Formats: sequence, structure tokens, C-alpha cells
Amino acid sequence: MARVDWRVRRLAQTGFTVWAVTTLSFVLIRLMPGNPMGAMVRQLESQGVDPVRARQLVELRMTIDPDKPIPLAYIDYMGSMLQGDLGQSTYYAAPVTEVLAQAMPWTLFVLSWSLFISFFIGISVGALMAYWEGGKLDVGITSWAILMGSIPFYVLAILLLIFLSYRGGYFPTGGRQPTGIPPGFNWPYIKGIAYHATLPVASMLVASGIASLGMRGNSIRVLGSDYLRVARLRGLSDATISTQYVARNAVLPMYTTLLISIGEMFGGSVVLEQVFQYRGLGYYLYSAINQRDYPLMMGGFVLITVAVVIALLIADLTYGYIDPRAGGQNDESY
Amino acid sequence: MSEHTERDDRDDRTETDRPAADGSRSRDRDALTDGGNVTTPFDVVSEYEETRQDRYRKLYDAYIYAPVSIVWRDWRARIGFSIILLYILMGTVGTWIIEPTTVAEGPALAQPFETMEYPLGTDDMGRDLFSQMVHATQGMLKMIAAGAVFTVVAGTTIGAIAGYKGGTTDSVLSSITDIFINIPGFPLVMVLALLLPIGGNPYLVGILLCVASWGGLARAIRSQVLTLRQESFVEAARSMGIPTRKIVFKDIVPHLMPFVVINLTNAGRRVIFEAAALYYLGILPFEDLNWGVTLNLAYNGGAHYRPEALHWFLVPMGAIIFISIGLILLGQSLDRVFNPRVRARHEKMSADAAENIDNDENPTNTIGGL
Repeated sequence: MARVDWRVRRLAQTGFTVWAVTTLSFVLIRLMPGNPMGAMVRQLESQGVDPVRARQLVELRMTIDPDKPIPLAYIDYMGSMLQGDLGQSTYYAAPVTEVLAQAMPWTLFVLSWSLFISFFIGISVGALMAYWEGGKLDVGITSWAILMGSIPFYVLAILLLIFLSYRGGYFPTGGRQPTGIPPGFNWPYIKGIAYHATLPVASMLVASGIASLGMRGNSIRVLGSDYLRVARLRGLSDATISTQYVARNAVLPMYTTLLISIGEMFGGSVVLEQVFQYRGLGYYLYSAINQRDYPLMMGGFVLITVAVVIALLIADLTYGYIDPRAGGQNDESY
Repeated sequence: MSEHTERDDRDDRTETDRPAADGSRSRDRDALTDGGNVTTPFDVVSEYEETRQDRYRKLYDAYIYAPVSIVWRDWRARIGFSIILLYILMGTVGTWIIEPTTVAEGPALAQPFETMEYPLGTDDMGRDLFSQMVHATQGMLKMIAAGAVFTVVAGTTIGAIAGYKGGTTDSVLSSITDIFINIPGFPLVMVLALLLPIGGNPYLVGILLCVASWGGLARAIRSQVLTLRQESFVEAARSMGIPTRKIVFKDIVPHLMPFVVINLTNAGRRVIFEAAALYYLGILPFEDLNWGVTLNLAYNGGAHYRPEALHWFLVPMGAIIFISIGLILLGQSLDRVFNPRVRARHEKMSADAAENIDNDENPTNTIGGL
């Protein structure tokens, strides 16, 4: 029997993962206490609407039937999801795809800048620290990295918000775009967006502290290797050794960390966007959970999942190119 | 000794070579042994006698004395241990000494260091913040311990087995790992926190917070094992027919110990961060005041725009940041215990019994640590 290429198997695995995550989140969300219908009926009743009338109103607005048995609801949901329809948000009274589609770019914008800047800082600083392990620079930067790593990003976010927005007035206290300026490619609008994104991006820079400590540890482990001794004996220059030998081998685990942290940052965006009232994916996910807005919750989960799955797929497919030692996927003979 | 006497008559050698009493072999036979007074290899006895006490001392040296003295020589370890110890004392003894606080115990929003009665000030209901911090510690420590142990055990075991075994085992375990990595962890925890009736039990909260996070460690361990399994010592062990379980946990995992230890402390930090975040967002139900709950109350009390309430935010933040500094320092210094290079240096120094211990502080001035 011909051996299936591992890339094909990896793709199949990715598809399976997406399916499994979707199913799991569907079941979990369905099992959640409090259903959206009850929540909305109660909300209307509290506004003095007659209970029977309230129920009718809600049934008119809802496109899902909370009393439907879970297996049937599941089949319906998967069917429409394959057609790109994530249902109707009960809280925002708009298609889920529409709500999320306008939120997604904002989250991606903040996340990509955060990831890029924090890993760039982390990897270069970590390599420097390992290079002079035990030196004054190492001790100094270690202290900085430890402090950065000890601050939860949302704590830094609150502190930045307090001191730079409420007290200093340098940055807006919330929101994602300037008010009163028409959106478009004009300088004041772009500048406004950048201003609104600065503090969220800056709060994620705490990740650089951890990244640099991780990089330092990896590099030190590499530094003990025999091949570095050989490289030195061959008379290679320090620059060659550090970039071609140490960095290449130490960066590999960082590469995995980087791609995994995309998923974590998406998760973290729930807190971050809540602090800054930044209406991105996480903001809508949090509001969906609070409102028991099942379709929107599902949509948020699935969207984040697909993004992370693709990132990990890229990691796996490119792994062998970055580190040939790990390229043994088609040699699984043990 | 009876066999010697049989051969006495055939002995043609003199007593200059060895004592006459056991002179019993031919020259050929002598070539096999080294001319000592031993006839079979089973008679060999060490020239040193090792008592049980000696053996215990060796074990003590290898597993307790060496790690402790390596760790203690490191400033990070001293600070890290002290900080964690302080929190443990706060969570145990502290709760006896410091009385729990109540509403209207003191004036609203007393500033820190104003009176010795409320050293860190009070919140807007007059509750002593210092007492709030101390009484929150115990629950937090339980969460941290449960979460960290769960993450490390699950992540290391699954990652190491998947990476080493390969094939179907790897596919199955990696699929499970992938699912857990791909489920957006924090939102999942949010949903589970609402779904599961775990409100009051700190151990369950700790495990819940790590339910999705062992995947990252498992994957990282797997990728490390993928590179390690090609190493010669693993191949040697395999060709000697040592069972897989032993190769993985005796030969491969010890190489990953620095990594695992760093992850142990990272998991602890993650638990604090996520727990505080969930309480801050108001998703985990409050029963007692803890660091995250205090943050939540402060935010809802508008402490971010009221200058006089700033300390209400800063105190719980300080509690979170300080313990996490302790955890990081501890992780870093434990890393050194497992680092073979540091260990070798320690053994060399112990043998020399030299006084220049300070050398250890900057061991690798040369670039590349060579």
C-alpha cells in the first residue's frame, strides 16, 4: 500500500480538529445554564411586558429554537455552517457573520502588531542575554524580563489606561476609531486608529519578557553543545557562531511558542478588549457569553479556532525546513 | 579454597609471584587474571567497604545537598524561595494572625501607610485591603498548586510519548493535543466556568484554568523529543532492548527537565493570571474576596478615574505581580539545578574544595560558554 504523504494526513487532521472543536463547543454552549430565550423573556418582563406577549415577541425575533433536541439542532447548525451561515445573533439582531466580520480586522490588527513587536524584542534580547550569561547585562535584562513577565497583560493595560489616558490624556480611554471623522484613507482617521490601538498593543508587550527568558534558556542549552566547541576550534567568527549555530538552534522552540501564542492572544483579547472597550472579536465574544447569545458565541469560537488551526498547520508544514532534525515525519519507524 | 589444593602439585612458580598458599595456576591462566590472589571473577571484593551510611550520604549528596547548594548560590533562588515562602506563610499562619475584614471596619478609601491599623488602606466600603490580600492567599495557592501539577503531568506524559513512539500513537495523541491547543483556551475556560458548578473549590478552579493549557507544553515536549530521539544515546538504549517506557522517562525526559520546570512555574503563573482575569471580568462566581475579585470591585467602583482610589487597584495588582516574580525566579534557579553544565561545575568545585565560590557567578565570560 502506498504510503500517504504526511502532509495530506496533516491536512486531514486539521479538518478533523476543526470539526471536533466545533462539535465540542456546540455541545458545551448548549449545555450552558440559562438559555437566550429565557434571558430575553425575563428582560422584557422586567420592562413590564406581559409574559405571554414577551414570549411571542422573542419567538418572532429568534431564528433558533432552544427547545429543539440537541442532535437535530446540531445537524441543522453544521449544515448551515458549511454554507457559511453562522446564524443570527440574538442580541445584536444581525447575522453573526456580519457582526464578526466587522470585528475581526480590528483584533487581527492589534494582535499582529503585538506578536511581531514582542517576539522581535524577545528573541533578540534573549539571545543577547544567553551570549553573556552571568554578565552584568544578563542580570540587568533578566530583572527587566522577570518584571515584564510577572505583570499580567491586563494589569499593564489598566495601568496604562489609568496613567496615560485618564491622568495623562495622551491616549483615548476606549473605542477603536476616532469619533467624528469619516472613515477612509485620510490622515486624521488613520492617525486616530493608530492612537486607539497603541495602548492595547503596548499592553501585550509583556509577552516579550517571557519570550526573552525562553529564548535565553534555549540558547544556553544550545551553548553547551559539542558542535559549538567544534565550530570554535574551526576558528569560525563569533558572529557566524552566534547567528548560524546558536540562534538557528535556539529559535526553533520559539517558533512553536510563537504560533501557539497566537491562540492564547486571541483568548486574551477577550480581557484586553474589555478593558479598552475595543470592539474586536473578544469584545463581542464576552458580550455574547454574558447575553447567552449562542449563535454569536459559536461563531466567535469557530472563527478563532479556524485561525489558530491554520497557524498551527503552517507551523507543522514548515517545521522540517527550519530544523532538519525534526523533519522525520515520514520516518516514523519506532 | 578446596580447588586450590588440588592444583598445588602442578604449580611450578615460586612464592616471589604470589603467596604460596594459593599458587595453583599455569601461566596461561595468570594472563587472564592480573596476577592477584583471586581465582574467579566472583571473588572480587571492593577494596573500600561501603556501609549503608555511606550509601545514604552519597544519595543525600547527589539528590539533596548538591541541588540545594547550587540553588542557594544563586541570588534568584534566594529571592524566589523567600517570596514563595512569604506567600505560603501568609496563606497559613497569616490567616490566623490577621483577622478577616468586614464592611465598614474602617473609613472608606483610607490611603496606604496612613495608619498602622490599615497598612495598605481600605476600599470604598471600609474593608482593610491588607487583610483582604492575606486571606485570599490560601485559595490562590491551592489553585496554583493544582493547576501547575495538572499541566505538567498531562503535558509531559502525553508529549513525550507522542514524540517518541511516533506512528499511530503519535497521530492519536497529537490529534487530542491539537484539539486542546486549538480550542481557544480562555474563552473555553469562560464557558466551562459558567457551566460547571465548581465555584467554591480552589483545586477544581486551578485544574479548570489549565484544562486547555497542557496542550502547548505537550506539543513543545513532543518537538523536543522528536529531535532527541535521533540522538545516539537513545539509539543505544533502543538497541539494548530497554523498554520504551524506561527510555522515555529515564533517558529522554530528564533531558527536558529544565524545560519542564520552567513550565511548572509558568503554569502556576498562568493560573494566577487567568483566575484573576476571570474574577475581574466577573465570570467566576465570587464567594470570598480574592485578588481578582478586588480588581473587579475596584473597577466597578471607578478606581481607574478616581485618583483617591488608585491604591484599591494597586494593592491586588501588587499581590499578583509579586508572587509571579517569585515563581519566575524560582523557575529560573531550578533550571540551573537540572542544567548538566552547572551541575558539572558544582561537582568540580566540590572536589577542589576551593574557596573561590564566587567564580560560579560569572562562569561563562567567554562567548559561547566554552
